[in-house]
Amino acid sequence: MTSGTAADDPVRTIFELPHEPEPLSTLDEILFAHWKRLNIAPAYLCSDAVFLRRAYVDLTGTLPEPDQVRNFLQDSHPGKRVALIDALLDRDEFASYWGMKWADLLRIKAEFPINLWPQAARVYHDWVVASLRANKPYDQFARELLTASGSNFKNPPANFYRAVQNRQPETLAKAVALTFMGVRVEHWPRERLQGMAAFFSRVSYKTTREWKEEIVYDDPHKPGAPQEGVLPDGTRVRFTSDRDPRLVFADWLIQPRNPWFARNIANRIWAWLMGRGIVHEPDDIREDNPPLNEGLLSLLERELIQGGWNLKRLYRLVATSATYQLSPIPRAPQPEALDAFAAYRLRRLEAEVLADAICQITGTTEQYVSPIPEPFTLTPPTMRSIALFDGSITSAFLELFGRPPRDTGYESERNNQISAAQRLYLLNSSHIQRKLQSSPRLRALVPHCRSPEQVATQLYPLILSRFPHRQEMEAIARHARRVPNLRELVIDVAWALINTAEFLYRH
Amino acid sequence: MQVSVGQPISRRHMLERGLWFATALMARQRIGKAQGAKARSVIQIWMWGGPAHLDTFDPKPEAGRDYCGPLDQPIETNVSGIRISQLLPMLARQADKYAIIRSMTHGINAHESASYAVQTGRLPGGRDVYPCAGAVVTLFRGYDAGYRGLIPPYIVLTEPQGRFSEAGFLGLKYKPFATGGDPAQSRFVVEGIVAEGISDERQQARRELLDELNTLARTLRPGETQLAAYMTAGEEAYELILGDARKVFDLSQEPEDVRERYGRNTFGQSCLVARRLVERGVVYVTINYRGWDTHRQHFQAMQRMLPQLDRGFATLLEDLAARGLLDTTIVWWGGEFGRTPRIQWEPPWNGGRGHWGHVFCHVVAGGGLKGGVVVGASDPRGEEVKERPVYPADLLATIYTQLGIDLNARLPHPRGEDVRVIPDNDKQVPRAGLLQEIL
Repeated sequence: MTSGTAADDPVRTIFELPHEPEPLSTLDEILFAHWKRLNIAPAYLCSDAVFLRRAYVDLTGTLPEPDQVRNFLQDSHPGKRVALIDALLDRDEFASYWGMKWADLLRIKAEFPINLWPQAARVYHDWVVASLRANKPYDQFARELLTASGSNFKNPPANFYRAVQNRQPETLAKAVALTFMGVRVEHWPRERLQGMAAFFSRVSYKTTREWKEEIVYDDPHKPGAPQEGVLPDGTRVRFTSDRDPRLVFADWLIQPRNPWFARNIANRIWAWLMGRGIVHEPDDIREDNPPLNEGLLSLLERELIQGGWNLKRLYRLVATSATYQLSPIPRAPQPEALDAFAAYRLRRLEAEVLADAICQITGTTEQYVSPIPEPFTLTPPTMRSIALFDGSITSAFLELFGRPPRDTGYESERNNQISAAQRLYLLNSSHIQRKLQSSPRLRALVPHCRSPEQVATQLYPLILSRFPHRQEMEAIARHARRVPNLRELVIDVAWALINTAEFLYRH
Repeated sequence: MQVSVGQPISRRHMLERGLWFATALMARQRIGKAQGAKARSVIQIWMWGGPAHLDTFDPKPEAGRDYCGPLDQPIETNVSGIRISQLLPMLARQADKYAIIRSMTHGINAHESASYAVQTGRLPGGRDVYPCAGAVVTLFRGYDAGYRGLIPPYIVLTEPQGRFSEAGFLGLKYKPFATGGDPAQSRFVVEGIVAEGISDERQQARRELLDELNTLARTLRPGETQLAAYMTAGEEAYELILGDARKVFDLSQEPEDVRERYGRNTFGQSCLVARRLVERGVVYVTINYRGWDTHRQHFQAMQRMLPQLDRGFATLLEDLAARGLLDTTIVWWGGEFGRTPRIQWEPPWNGGRGHWGHVFCHVVAGGGLKGGVVVGASDPRGEEVKERPVYPADLLATIYTQLGIDLNARLPHPRGEDVRVIPDNDKQVPRAGLLQEIL
C-alpha cells in the first residue's frame, strides 16, 4: 500500500517536496539499486524546513534559532543544504554533542559502578571533546586511548583503562572489543577472548600521594601475566619486556586492512545519523549478523580510510546524500522500508537534547547536581545538558527520558522509547509548566503578538523551525476564543507545540 | 506447541529449546497466576541514609552510655521477650505483626554500594547493574503479569532514591513512577497528574489544541505509523490527568481522624497514600524516608524523628490489618546499613553515629510472614552478627517467595545472558538461605 503524494495533500508540503528523489552519489546509487531490487519506493525528498531542523539536531543536538530558520528558508541558493552541513560540522556544538555520544560509549562517569572520580571524568570528557573539535584522525584517537599510560588527572586518555566495572584483563578486552571492534565477545569462543585479554594483562594501577590520583602503567613483570597473546584474527604474538603489548594490539587494530576497525566506526556513524546500523545493532558485528547491504558498508569503510580516518568527512558523506534527505513519510510498507533506509526514521530526541531544546525555546536553564561525593558538583546554569561531562551528574528529567547510566558502553543503554510517564511529564508536570509560565523568551514575544496569527508566526519558527500552515493558524485562532488573553494563548500554543510528535521526534 | 502454563522448566530443557523459545515461555509463565502467592503488594519503607539499629529495633541497654547514649530504657512490646526503642511505643503495641531481623549483614559502609547490595541482593562490581527489588517485583507482578491499572504498578513516594538506577538492566519500563509533591500539603500535587492552577476545562481545551496542531502525527497514516507508542502513551497520560485514576492521590477523601492518626507530616501521609495505593492493587510502593544519615547530633535527630516513624509505621500496620490488607501486603522496613554502635561523642560529631554494614536490622510484616518473631542476633554491643547471618539476598528471596516469584526464573537480560532472580552458588550473591523462621 502506498500513501498519497504531497501534491494531493497540501499539509504534506510542510514535510516533503513533491518529486521523486534522484541519487546524488555512489552511496545513493547503491541504495537506490537496493530498493529497486526489493521493489521499495523511496520516500520523497524532505522539505527545506525539515532538512534544516534534522541537520541541526542530528549533527549538533541543537535547534536552529528563528533567524536561522528564516534565513535558510528564504535562501534560494541551490547548494544551501550542502553549505549548511559544512557549517554545522564546524560548530562547537558538533564536538559537544558527539562528545556526549563518546562519553556514553567510554562510560565517563565519576561514581558507582565506574568510579572514575569527578576530576578524572572531567578531564577525560574534555579530552574527548577537544579531539572531536580538532577532528583528530580516528586511528590516532583510538591509538591514544588504547596505549595511554600515566595519571588519570594529567593524561586524560589513561582513564580508558579505569572506566570499567572491574579491571580484569578479560573485562578490559571486552571493553576494547565492544568500543573499537563493535564486537560482543559473548559470541566468541572463550580461548579467543583469553588470547586477546593477554594483551591487557600487564596493565597495572597505582595510587600517588595526591588524593584520588591513579597511575595507569605497563608492568612487564606483573606476576602471572601471560608471555604471549593471540590477536582476534588468530595471529600469535610473543610479548617482550621492552614493548607494551597494548602497543602491539593497537597497531594491529588500526591497520586499514583490519576487518573490524573501520567497519565498526563506519557502521556506527551511519547508525547515529540514520537511526539504524547497516549492521544492526551497531555494536553487534559478527558473521551471522550480516549487514543490510555489504556494498554500502564497504563503501563507507573505503571512504573513511582513503580520507585519512577523517570522521567529519564521513559525516558529510552521509548527510549530503539523497538518502539522508528523504522525507519521514514512507511510501512503502513498514518496517521493511524503514529498515532499508527508504524513508527517514523517526526517533525520539535524546534526554539531553530534549532538555536543551526546552531550555532554548523558553530561555531558561537547568542546573545539575551530582549527589555524591561531597562536596557536590554543581554545574553552571549556562552549561548545556549535552555538555554534561559526568554520567553521575543527572536529574529526574534526564533519567525519565532514558539517559544511559554509562555502566556498560552498549549503544542500547540509551533508551529513546516513549512512555506514558514521559508524556505525562511534558503535558502536565510542574517543571514544564513553570518553564513555560516563567519563560523570559516567551514573555518577550508577547508584545509582538497582537493577533492569534502573529502568535503562530512567532512561535512556529522558534519551536518547530518552520512557518505555520494555514490550517494550524486557524486552529490557533479558534483556541484564542477559549483563553483570557494573548499571553495565555502564547503559553498554550508553546505548550501544545512542545507536546507534538514533530517537536519530540527527529524527523 | 503444548506448554502448560506455570509448570517449572528445567534449565536443560531451556537449553534444548533455545534461548528465544525459553524467553517467550518465561513471558507466558509470568502472565499465569503466580503459584503459591500469599502476598500481592509490597510497601517498602526505605530508611534513606541508614537508621541506627541500636536506637530502633535492636536496643543494647547493657552496653553502656558509649553505645546507647540517652536511649537506654527500651520498652517491652506486646510480644513477651521482645524489646524495642523507648521512642517507638506505638510500634511496641504492634510487635505481634512483624518480624525483626537483627542479623542483617553485608559489611559495606558506603551508601551507594550498600544501597545497591540491600536492594538487589548483589554485591557491586559485576558487569551489569541489576534491578532492585521493586523493579523485579514489577516485572513479575506488574503489566507483564496482567496488572491492568492505569496507576503505575511501581510508585515512589515522593522522590526517587538516585543512588543507582533502580531498574538496572531491565530498563525504563520498570522504573518507578515518582510522585514528587508532598502529601502533607493541603493538595498533594502529584507530578504530571495534578497540576497546580490548571482547571479540568483548560486541560481539555489544551488537549484539543494539541490534537489539532499535531500535524506530523496526523500526516503519518494510522496503522503504518512509527508513532503508535507515542499516541498510546498520550492516551494513557490523559487517563491519569483527566480520568478517575488520580483520585487515589486525593487525601481529602480520607476522614480527618484517619489523617491525624497517621501523623500530619510527609512520612505519615505517605504511609496513608501507600495504603490507598495497595488498596487499589498497586504492586510496589517505596516510601523514600530521608534524614537517617545522622553523623552529627544523632540523638537530637532521633528525638525528633522516631516519634514520626513510630506513628506512621504503626498506624499503617494497624490500618492494613483492620482492612484485611495486611495478609496480602508485605511491609518492609530498613535502610542500606545500620550505624556505628559506639557513639562518636567528640567534635565535630557531638554524639554522632557513622555507617555500619557489619550488622543491622530490618523489619518485615504481613503478606503471610510470621509476626512476633526475632530472627538472628547481633553481639552484646551490636557490632557483629552473633548468630544466623541474614544477607540481603536471603530477605529478598523470602519476600519474592511470598509473592509467588520463582527464584530460579530468568530475568530478561539485554544481551540474552542467563540471569536468575536469586541464583544459587553465585559469589556475587551471598546467601545463607530463606528465612524459614517466618515463612
